[in-house]
Amino acid sequence: MTAVLSSSPVNTSTTGGSQLPAETAVRRTMVVWCPDWPVIAAVADFGLVASSPIAVIDRGEVYACSHAARVDGVRRGMRRRDASAHCPELVVVEYSLERDVRTFESVLSAIEHTTSTVTPIRPGLCALNVPSRYYGGEHKAAAVITEQLVAMGVRDCRIGIADGIFTAEHAARQAGPSDCCVVPRGGSAAFLAELPISVIEDLEFVSLLRRLGIRTLGDFAALPAHDVATRFGSSGTLIHRLVGGRDTRIAAARRPQLDFSQALDFDPPLETVEPVAFSSRQTTEQLIAELGQHGLVCSEIRIEVVGDRGWAGSRVWAHPRWFTAGDLVDRIYWQLQGDPSPEPVAGIRLFPETVESLADHGEGLWGSAPDERIERGAARLQGMLGPDQVLAPSLQGGRSPRQRQVLTPWGQRRTRLRARDLPWPGSIPPPAPAQVFPEPRSAAVLSVDGLPVKITDRGTLSAEPALLQTEELADPLPIDAWAGPWPIDELWWDPAGARQVARFQMVAAGGSAWLLVVDSSQWWTEARYD
Amino acid sequence: MAGVAADFQELQRRVQRMQGTVVTRTLPSLPGLSGLIRLRTGATYGVNSAALALALLAGPSQAGEWVGVVGAADLGFEAAEGFGIDLQRTIVVPSPGEHWLSVTAGLVDVATVVLVRPPFQVSEHQAERFKSRLRQKDAALICWGDWPRCEAQLSVRESCWIGLGRGYGHLTCQRVRVDVARSNMPSHSAQLWLPDADMEVREAANQVVAINRVRAG
Repeated sequence: MTAVLSSSPVNTSTTGGSQLPAETAVRRTMVVWCPDWPVIAAVADFGLVASSPIAVIDRGEVYACSHAARVDGVRRGMRRRDASAHCPELVVVEYSLERDVRTFESVLSAIEHTTSTVTPIRPGLCALNVPSRYYGGEHKAAAVITEQLVAMGVRDCRIGIADGIFTAEHAARQAGPSDCCVVPRGGSAAFLAELPISVIEDLEFVSLLRRLGIRTLGDFAALPAHDVATRFGSSGTLIHRLVGGRDTRIAAARRPQLDFSQALDFDPPLETVEPVAFSSRQTTEQLIAELGQHGLVCSEIRIEVVGDRGWAGSRVWAHPRWFTAGDLVDRIYWQLQGDPSPEPVAGIRLFPETVESLADHGEGLWGSAPDERIERGAARLQGMLGPDQVLAPSLQGGRSPRQRQVLTPWGQRRTRLRARDLPWPGSIPPPAPAQVFPEPRSAAVLSVDGLPVKITDRGTLSAEPALLQTEELADPLPIDAWAGPWPIDELWWDPAGARQVARFQMVAAGGSAWLLVVDSSQWWTEARYD
Repeated sequence: MAGVAADFQELQRRVQRMQGTVVTRTLPSLPGLSGLIRLRTGATYGVNSAALALALLAGPSQAGEWVGVVGAADLGFEAAEGFGIDLQRTIVVPSPGEHWLSVTAGLVDVATVVLVRPPFQVSEHQAERFKSRLRQKDAALICWGDWPRCEAQLSVRESCWIGLGRGYGHLTCQRVRVDVARSNMPSHSAQLWLPDADMEVREAANQVVAINRVRAG
């Protein structure tokens, strides 16, 4: 959502002078600035006290701080240790862009209630076209928006109104708390001329201009445009044009988020599963049809089941292609079967989580009939056994054979698979065992004397393995060949979890080969090379 | 011309199948197994080893067919991929419980080859009914265990693992003798690498030379 200031297109002529394009004279831009937004977001997210000293740290340096922290001398760019020295009771929070964006979304949607064109610039800063005519003046429009934001808990928001986004932003920075600063039409250049050169965010550029003796934006704007272009190139030209008040960028509307969620209430509440699934057919068809109207399909959906006394069950379902209405009814049915509601069901809520364009999922010219046949067949089996009994195998990285394979319910997306191409020290070289036991089975390895073979603290064997006894073998068999111990150094950093564990390969008489694990003196078979 | 003839035959078989006439076809198999057995649809094959079952599944899977696995909760899928099974086209029902026969029947609808490990004894009657279903659906069944009156019973005998010494090395390849007992033909046996040092299944031609080569490598 962040629109980078310098990358927006500028379409005025570069001839300079005081002649302003007609459009800027008509459109006025309002910028709403919520100072210290990272702090406000952290306060909202972690439930902190807004008046306490708080600093948001990005890569070891203070990125933003609260007013109380600023009073104690904490500044942006200060190192964490220095900030704590200035203010010992400082609450330190790690910076997260995602958190800022997420919390700012509520401000954007609050403003969208007033006006339709909100352009997010970055979290804490957004631009819009001034709805002055409707509210009877620019000051009044600003007051309406300030009131709205204060009502939703944003205590400090400042508004700047000017001919372009750049001027309006700096006007907002000049405004007092919950106040507005209006730059009159055509007054951008005069307003900006007074500001110090340091308001430009490009630090290197500011330092260069300072060394050239340029102290205010007015000094820079007074330079001839072609000299600036020769010396500073296109980025300098852009800044020169902005500080000259020739910023014609206007707030572009962002597309409001579409809401496809559906709710279905049952009155009276339903006791059994079948009528719930049956009654939800129409709602699911409506949901799919609405998505279809926008050319969208849903591949992941959250289904919430609400009981009549407040119980709620929620689960996310994914589909390898996309859901049809019938698939959704199936998922509702499975969810109620797998996680039955203890109370009569009062309602179903459907929230599409992943919505994709149909064009990304379109069927090939020749159709995809075989896959549909497979989907239907698998869905039939899932209906018979439950969704978690029909599985799709896949491989991932890991040390033991059991860790290296993963079975996911058919149709669910595989997530968080470990990378296979990492080295995974301690893994056994191929060939992989054809039988991998879901749970290790206990076994015994004996020496020639008939004593159990142990592994010592130093990782060596107490005696050479001679006899193998497993759950599958009736009698202990002599061991023809063996190799190991291959120590497993998992959890070595955790004194409680650290164990002296090692793997062995063994071939018993008759040709059966095994992968064994020993934990001090207890032996287990993990897999069998069949 | 050969291509046209093949297309024509394929269409003819489809029409026959729609008309209800039973037609079977030979499924593709791994090159190393082609001398041992060629799987045909409509038939059941018994095996006694997971590795052999995976090798039998690999041929059709490599050729683009779907495969299903029922009741084999301890199958190693890394080994399956090693033999050449495409896990993207594999459906697994590890613990079907008492429904195992209907699950297998359901999987036969969508998959061309299904591997099943029956938790219970299969009766002659069930086996006979299943056989007609396999013919109808144009699929083959591989049973890891006993299946009454199957087309062929493949048993691994004399398995010999190579690469492991007394305290050194690691398993690299396995040499087996597979006995094939057929209902309507004399039984025979073959020596196989399952797999060889390059992770491939192939026939073991000369025992002495092969072992020396691997040991040397």
